[in-house]
Amino acid sequence: MTTQKQRETVETVVIRFAGDSGDGMQLTGNQFTVSTALSGNDLATFPDYPAEIRAPVGTTFGVSSFQIHFGSHDILTPGDSVDVLVAMNPAALKVNLDTLKVGGLIVADADSFTDRNLSKAGYDSNPLVDGTVAPYQLLELEVSRFTLEAVAELKLSKKDGLRCKNFWTLGLLMWMFDRPRDPVHEWINKKFAKREDLARANTAALNAGHIYGETAELSGVTGYSVAPAEVAPGTYKTITGTEGLAQGLVVGARAAETEVVFASYPITPASPVLHYLADLKEYGVMTFQAEDEIAAACVAIGASFAGKLGITSSSGPGIALKGEAIGLAVSTELPMIIINAQRAGPSTGMPTKAEQADLLQALHGRNGESPIAVLAAATPSDSFEVAIEAVRIATHYMTPVMLMTDSYLVNAAEPWLLPNADDLPSFPAPKATETEGFHPFKRDERGVRPWAVPGTPGLEHRIGGLEKGFDSGNISYDPTNHQQMTDARAAKIEAIADDIPKQTVDSGPQTGKLVVVGWGSTHGSIKTAVARAQEEGLEVSHVHIRYLSPLPRNLEAVLKGFDKVLVSEMNSGQLLSMLRARYLIPAVGHNRVTGQLIRVDDLVNQIRNVLEETK
Amino acid sequence: MTGSTVELKAKDFASDQEVRWCPGCGDYAILKAVQRTLPGLGVPKENFVFVSGIGCSSRFPYYMSTYGFHTIHGRGPAIATGVKVANPELDVWLITGDGDALSIGGNHLIHLLRRNVNLQVLLFNNEIYGLTKGQYSPTSKRGTRSPTSPRGSVEHPLSAGWLAMGAGAHFVARSIDTAKELTTVLTRAHEHKGTSLVEILQNCIVFNDGVFEAVTDRATAADRQIHVEHGKPLVFGKEKNLGLKLKAGSLTVEVVTIGGNGITTDDIMVHNEKDKVLAALLLGMEAPEFPVALGVIYCDPAPTYEQMLYEQVREESPTLDSLLNRGQTWEVV
Repeated sequence: MTTQKQRETVETVVIRFAGDSGDGMQLTGNQFTVSTALSGNDLATFPDYPAEIRAPVGTTFGVSSFQIHFGSHDILTPGDSVDVLVAMNPAALKVNLDTLKVGGLIVADADSFTDRNLSKAGYDSNPLVDGTVAPYQLLELEVSRFTLEAVAELKLSKKDGLRCKNFWTLGLLMWMFDRPRDPVHEWINKKFAKREDLARANTAALNAGHIYGETAELSGVTGYSVAPAEVAPGTYKTITGTEGLAQGLVVGARAAETEVVFASYPITPASPVLHYLADLKEYGVMTFQAEDEIAAACVAIGASFAGKLGITSSSGPGIALKGEAIGLAVSTELPMIIINAQRAGPSTGMPTKAEQADLLQALHGRNGESPIAVLAAATPSDSFEVAIEAVRIATHYMTPVMLMTDSYLVNAAEPWLLPNADDLPSFPAPKATETEGFHPFKRDERGVRPWAVPGTPGLEHRIGGLEKGFDSGNISYDPTNHQQMTDARAAKIEAIADDIPKQTVDSGPQTGKLVVVGWGSTHGSIKTAVARAQEEGLEVSHVHIRYLSPLPRNLEAVLKGFDKVLVSEMNSGQLLSMLRARYLIPAVGHNRVTGQLIRVDDLVNQIRNVLEETK
Repeated sequence: MTGSTVELKAKDFASDQEVRWCPGCGDYAILKAVQRTLPGLGVPKENFVFVSGIGCSSRFPYYMSTYGFHTIHGRGPAIATGVKVANPELDVWLITGDGDALSIGGNHLIHLLRRNVNLQVLLFNNEIYGLTKGQYSPTSKRGTRSPTSPRGSVEHPLSAGWLAMGAGAHFVARSIDTAKELTTVLTRAHEHKGTSLVEILQNCIVFNDGVFEAVTDRATAADRQIHVEHGKPLVFGKEKNLGLKLKAGSLTVEVVTIGGNGITTDDIMVHNEKDKVLAALLLGMEAPEFPVALGVIYCDPAPTYEQMLYEQVREESPTLDSLLNRGQTWEVV
């Protein structure tokens, strides 16, 4: 064990690793995350990468970043601004410098600040020397040279040698924040099991970066320690929004005593769910890569008709294409789940950036009166819970359920206390077998029709998108019947409100001056902002809505307990207009459409302003 | 309860719904042929599923007393695929038309055939849009006058057979709505494991009456139709004296008269339903220059989609714990 220089204790840190798409920044970030989780810190991460797979090297549009916020208390967001910016090239510095706090630390690979790279990034002069970085601390290191020296004895090509740069940097940062290297060593050995030379090279680079931190006199830079967060005992792992969703769907299907047919067409940012499930056939999951978005939705519907739970996934453009098929599932009253990973729009928009502008599309984006259930996940671990809820509602109410997530949430990660298998829910969804008095649209006391599955003797029947007679299920064009069926479909969705938890106040007083309302992935930002405002002594509460259709029965009463309602969303006011229209309340909006999460300081300002106005 | 073991008759497959196709529509004959075919297939009634898209033909499931799903325009192949992926035991029949399958749903048909999902596709080709009142379809001949082509259509028609071959189909057959052989073709389609495409030339009595007259007219039918049978010479005509022969030095066929110009039966090609090139030649023949090929034109089985899909399921049946514990975990005490 080497002698440690005195470490400074800090409560929370935000680090942003930034480099070229080919520099392995996502990998570096993920390895740092695993080590941080193993150190017992709470954390939230945010991968921020370009849509281009390999944009031209050294350009600003090819910059890929990974941000991690960790600390010794509750961490709810990846952080508004960063304490440490790792810039592997000039473009990475240029794109990310404005995220760095004044006085924050830049770790830059000096070797990559060549004239050519500076010009590719659009710099006329070197920002490391021309005063650009004067407001910050700068740690300018010859990372490329150090890396090549560390791997020299392995006789790799220069190109392969330089590819270890990210591990050198990772080693340095792991020294700086006192993270264990063992999990990274394990990962390297597994990943490069067939290329022993590369495994040794990456290990050497990692260790060299770490040793450099230990031994070099880095002016003004010291090591830090971040105490573990106080968390409940148990087994943990880091979980992304994608993993939460995928595992929740499997657990939910098991609870419903059915199996999953997951049909999807690749689209950013929804595809990772399909990737994850594609290797889970033993768990009762068949995945199907369809020829297009429409087919994906239709395969799911066909599967549900045949008795399994059909699930499809997509993002805005694909959800638009699936609209007609979802309408068919509404009309035929079949269970179906649609994972909606929202991205910034309209049209192709910004596929890798987050937005919540598809709420109204989710609720209303179909022809005719076609109500469905809509739920939204708040965090990576909440994605697990919401996925189970989606399965329960879809199979017990014979309805499509749209599950909202977004570009941020599917990639975001946090530590997750693994549920005990014995505590997992069970809600079997029975299939019809009784032939006596059967008709396919005969409703039970909740207004739900039976799930009668082909292969069941005596229940042969026909369903379709044409309007059905209330009393027989046969085609009907009768005017009063259409009214009755329209009402019945709406009432069935409304009835779900009797079977979901009541709306609670997330934090702050139950009634009072101001409540900030949000839904989906802005949960962490809003919760943090409200907590900060409360620390300032402001009277403000937080309500987070998971169930967007139907809304909880007591939501109106909860909101009417406050003088002011502020709805914070990454759109131009979609939940806001819903709440105003439905409850006739003078709610106001905090709306940002930047492709980025709501900024905590921005929302705190808005909270101050609204409270100021009410004085 | 409809027991699976009860011997069924054609009428047992008729639903209680009144059939609402136009009087004289070719669809009636196809419905009867299907109802005559099903009892002989040895399949429990509750396992039959009829899936359709949108169009006149797609009303078909309502007239069957089996499980049925009248879906949305062009998407029948995808819905049917979902049914088979969920439960490969079900016996799925997809009912579609030239607009449904070859225009709005063209993409799904291609991929259904390519994947080789084990089901039967009955493509009712009447070369017109019936339900929307008579517009030209993707199989309408150039020059077809219709409400949307009052000066004659300027589009080239699509060949369902060629499209299927191009998509990698393993079973392609053709028949006529009123033909006696339709039940035989349907039985063969059912026997085939994989996607079986049966193109049925169907007369639309209201909007395109007589469009297949050159082929179906009783007076000339023998000379305008060739009923192909695996292993038998490709002969036709009232006197069975006409035959198909590969034109010397080319990959085209010609019609020859047996006994004329020294042509003997030995010169006539023998049908081989596994021969992809021959299938393409036969599917491309059009009246009046050639007889139209009917029967099982191509049949060369290959593993089905769902068979390969389910073969990938490993024997183990893991607990949920093993899923939740995937990846790197740590303990907090």
